[in-house]
Amino acid sequence: MKFIAVVDYGMGNLRSVVKALEHVAPADTRVRLVEGADDILEADRVVFPGQGAARDCMAALRDRKLIPVLTEAATTRPFLGICMGLQVLMDRSDENGGTDCLGLIAGGVRRFEDHQVDAQGQRLKIPHMGWNQVHQTRAHPLWEGIDQDSRFYFVHSYHVVPASYQVVAGTTQYGLPFASAVAQDHIFAIQCHPEKSAAPGLTLLKNFMHWTGGV
Amino acid sequence: MLAKRIIPCLDVDSGRVVKGVNFVDIRDAGDPVEVARRYDAEGADEITFLDITASSDERETIVHVVEQVAEEVFIPLTVGGGIRKVDDIRRLLNAGADKVSINTAAVFNPDFVREAADKVGSQCIVVAIDAKQVSAPGEPLRWEIFTHGGRKPTGLDAIEWAQRMVANGAGEILLTSMDRDGTRQGFDLPLTRAISDAVSVPVIASGGVGELQHLVDGVTEGHADAVLAASIFHFAEHTVEEAKQFMRAQGVEVRL
Repeated sequence: MKFIAVVDYGMGNLRSVVKALEHVAPADTRVRLVEGADDILEADRVVFPGQGAARDCMAALRDRKLIPVLTEAATTRPFLGICMGLQVLMDRSDENGGTDCLGLIAGGVRRFEDHQVDAQGQRLKIPHMGWNQVHQTRAHPLWEGIDQDSRFYFVHSYHVVPASYQVVAGTTQYGLPFASAVAQDHIFAIQCHPEKSAAPGLTLLKNFMHWTGGV
Repeated sequence: MLAKRIIPCLDVDSGRVVKGVNFVDIRDAGDPVEVARRYDAEGADEITFLDITASSDERETIVHVVEQVAEEVFIPLTVGGGIRKVDDIRRLLNAGADKVSINTAAVFNPDFVREAADKVGSQCIVVAIDAKQVSAPGEPLRWEIFTHGGRKPTGLDAIEWAQRMVANGAGEILLTSMDRDGTRQGFDLPLTRAISDAVSVPVIASGGVGELQHLVDGVTEGHADAVLAASIFHFAEHTVEEAKQFMRAQGVEVRL
């Protein structure tokens, strides 16, 4: 029996993530919400979701003593970050007046610029909410079977700015292009919500079930 | 580019889908799980459930509806109606809803929006605004917030109210014109545009859709980020996919 851990650190509702993973999990794979360090390290694969503010996420991880565990999990087995689970992988976020994050991927997190406009001159709202295209900037096992520029569901006001373009796996245009997916060794992390992104999202989660890490 | 969203809305009473025409004449249009599945298959960008259950004994039914839908429909789900406490919100989010829409409770207790956004995050909080034009013909346009299905004025200016709700943590505004709701004459475009241009968060236009052109107008003239409609989809007059093809043909960015 394979075991996929969805890390529950009190930041938001994870039912949708679990339901979507269960929907695509092979028969020999179990999906479990886990809170403890031991459970995370027992898993074959780890899903790291997250909602809310960077400072609250980091505080929750510290309180639960999960920081070393996540670092270990992210470097030793397939690891999928979703939404805030992408942002807190970076060195530091501008949110909450500056928040130190996990530092697993070099780079920062910035807020979208206010008062950007689209091609029609209409104001671009913050949060960036809705279905936007993810442009795959390189091949990756998690993109398998997903059309180039497929739409995924996003809800966020901050976006990651990786230090190296090498780790960018996908970009999305919202005013300016931003990195919407990053990949580095065992880590794949994405800003949108695959669990709420209909067929392309489910395909990505299914690909994660079979991914052994690496590009 | 970000797509404009099309959101079918299901009015749910004691677990069954109904659609009120001007909130008086109500018709039954089926099982919520079936309808949600169909909308998902047609390409709906989100689904909104408006719980209009009056009896407190049956208030739990909406939670079960959301649970069942969330088992098989993997797009965002919003639930509105009767939400008064953070506990109500948590129950719905735990059942599989992604957002909740707060209406009357925000009017009677504006701090509730702040409290809710603090507890569950702004991204989960939609504030529903029911507005009605109060300016006389010839006067500069002005709209006020109404409660109780559009019967009770509150004296609150709709634009100021929307801005205040955003300041309190609303992540999105669901704007319904009570003058247009159920009339099938199209959105109140000046209202929609005034609110959408006045706030930083996305605005969903609602109330009055009778034909596909109205959806286009809501986006192009009303500056809405999303459009919500019920009856044109419920009775299979148009599928969501037809609506999107129509919008795309007129230059609106949609997910197809």
